[in-house]
Amino acid sequence: MHLKSKDLLGIEQLSSEEITLILNTATTMKKVLVQPTKKTSHLQGKSVVNLFFENSTRTRMSFEMAAKYMGAASVNISSSGSSVNKGETLLDTAVTIDMMATDFLVIRHQQSGAAEFLAKRVKASVINAGDGMHEHPTQALLDIFTMRDKLGHLDKLKVAIIGDCLHSRVFRSNLLALTKLGSEVWVSGPASLMPLDVESTGAKYTKHVEEAIKDADVVMSLRIQLERIEKGLFPSVNEYFRYYGLDDKKIKLAKKNALVMHPGPANRGVEINSALYESDQSVISEQVTNGVAVRMAVLYLLSLRRNVYERENL
Amino acid sequence: MNARIYNARLIFPREISITDSLDKYVNNINDKSSTKTKTLIDVQAKTQTDIQIQVQTATQNNAQNINRELSEVFIKDGCFVEAYDGPFDYEIDAKGLVVFPGLIDAHVHLREPGFEYKEDIASGTRAAAAGGFTSVACMPNTNPICDNAAVVGFIKEKAAEDGVVNVWPIGAVTKEQKGEQLAEIGLMKEAGAVALSDDGVSVKTADMMRKAMVYAADFDLTIIDHCEDASISNGGIMNEGLASTQMGVPGSPSIAEDINVMRDILLADYLDLPVHIAHVSTKRSVQQIRAAKARGVKVTAETCPQYFIFTDDDCRGYNTLFRAYPPMRRPEDVAEIIAGLQDGTLDMIVTDHAPHHEDEKDIEFCLAKNGMTGLETAFSASYTYLVKPGYLQLEDLARLFCSAPERLIKVGRGSFAIGAPADLTLIDLEESWQVDRFKMASKGKNSAFHGMILGSKVKYTIVNGKIVYSDFQNK
Repeated sequence: MHLKSKDLLGIEQLSSEEITLILNTATTMKKVLVQPTKKTSHLQGKSVVNLFFENSTRTRMSFEMAAKYMGAASVNISSSGSSVNKGETLLDTAVTIDMMATDFLVIRHQQSGAAEFLAKRVKASVINAGDGMHEHPTQALLDIFTMRDKLGHLDKLKVAIIGDCLHSRVFRSNLLALTKLGSEVWVSGPASLMPLDVESTGAKYTKHVEEAIKDADVVMSLRIQLERIEKGLFPSVNEYFRYYGLDDKKIKLAKKNALVMHPGPANRGVEINSALYESDQSVISEQVTNGVAVRMAVLYLLSLRRNVYERENL
Repeated sequence: MNARIYNARLIFPREISITDSLDKYVNNINDKSSTKTKTLIDVQAKTQTDIQIQVQTATQNNAQNINRELSEVFIKDGCFVEAYDGPFDYEIDAKGLVVFPGLIDAHVHLREPGFEYKEDIASGTRAAAAGGFTSVACMPNTNPICDNAAVVGFIKEKAAEDGVVNVWPIGAVTKEQKGEQLAEIGLMKEAGAVALSDDGVSVKTADMMRKAMVYAADFDLTIIDHCEDASISNGGIMNEGLASTQMGVPGSPSIAEDINVMRDILLADYLDLPVHIAHVSTKRSVQQIRAAKARGVKVTAETCPQYFIFTDDDCRGYNTLFRAYPPMRRPEDVAEIIAGLQDGTLDMIVTDHAPHHEDEKDIEFCLAKNGMTGLETAFSASYTYLVKPGYLQLEDLARLFCSAPERLIKVGRGSFAIGAPADLTLIDLEESWQVDRFKMASKGKNSAFHGMILGSKVKYTIVNGKIVYSDFQNK
């Protein structure tokens, strides 16, 4: 089985079979990561360009490491060090990169739809590493990979996602992935940080964080940007933590040994307290390792799909 | 220019008012200009009888009620005149065509001066002619902004040189459209301004709006207000709803429009002065305007074809052609807009023709410019989506495109009145065509109607007796 598209733009376009294929492949890839010599030749002779218009540590490094472990040439470009600063448009920048025989263009951009916009216009396989408030598919894949790895399955899990759903691409991609695989997503957080039609998206919304967390298999806290205070969306860090921050008391409502997750980078003492962050229930560090495995899987599967695409189009 | 058009099926505006009843169509055709002036048309009485019937049958039996009597139109020195024997510069056999008073678009952007790379008066007026419009009123958000008599004068002169249809400048309400100081409204009126607007933004504060309404009334100019409370729309670039949520695009709630509409209605009520609401797109705005009209508030309103055809779901896939302000809304809004056009709540259809360069649209969704072109598709789209399904009749379109905009901008057009300048639009209702945004007269190729098959085709556009567009020449 191959992926259907040459690009990975979002979870929205993936079928549940494709998602499972990626997770299964990632399981294999994770084995590579625990070997003394972390080298495969899956992407020998391929090139991966990471084009990042927003700050990122883990996602960008994760893609870079994934590419390098599999033998690809990997290059990082950030907006500050590129011609974007000279006023070049996103499209012109991407086409320039494309014309250097680039196989994979990994893009993070502050505009929703940026990856989809480019995918139609370049020959490279575009991988969305986060577009505005839209999607962050590899994050969701690594999140559900972690859940499956720890809990053994993804069937009928109750996953509580707490925090700023309005601005969160992690929420959108996780919601799509989990509902496609048959799990239930509960959301809670300040109403001012909830999308207008959140219930029509398929999530179950409750204003009581406790209700969302109760008997959950997984509790995921979302990153909150402190700039939202200035925009009048919530009053203070103090009040946020009291009502929506994850702490020992709230997590006790979840199932025993429920997973505590966070996409990172976390504001300790705001979305989650330090004790819980470092507790045995927390899989936040493992999410990072799994991120590399999932991105290896995505690159590898897209390279197989690419062989077909290149025969047909190039 | 002298001419005769024969075998013409003339379409007279059917006037309605919702003052007495919210539900019934009330015919007040008698007090309007087209009948005060003696006209050529001996079928007038018949038309009125027809209307009485139409009032009851509303939207049904569309075809049966159409007046099929044919008539002749005579033009002498560019004006409508009584029958005479010629000689004629041209004669048109209008058999099979319907003839409207020249269509008037009270809300376009011609982009000149300042943004000629998007559109200019030459290309914009040719787009208008191709769409059957004989008059366009152009918004002041040019560069420099049309907030003084010199720019109004420039547009008038440029239109006389390069234009093929009548161009009626709309002056800014406030200097540089900043909402802080009144523009020189009197001097702009003298130079030829026909209305006032800070289009693109609302007149910023209620206080400024009040002062402007009061001041403008002395010069008999109406303020056309772009209704958007920017504090609520807050950078939103499509309708707030499920589509915006799923696309991860900042949403602009429909109430951003409604709150501003309500403000203007209350001001008009309090001051007993007219106000005109630009491009209405929401259900609640239609309902508020309807209620205000019913209690006698001097509010008028317009909408555009995009707001009774498209919804926010059309933006999916980040299609920048559907980015506009106001944004495409929900199906319930579309339904209410259509109801508002039926019962007279919404007075007219305008295009908000907003040409942009391809580079400003072939770009990330969130960075794309707002607006779509519309001059070349508005009539056909309205016919296809309002008349063909039976919501309205041709006589309603004549009101929405001719007599109602004339009442707003008062330029002595929009009717077949004897002595009036001969502006006419001849349309073949049977012909359908596929929109190709790359083959349009406008410099702006940003038509959201691209690829759609529309019914009815403009065959001739006649301005001051002169044929400025003919579909046959273009083939």
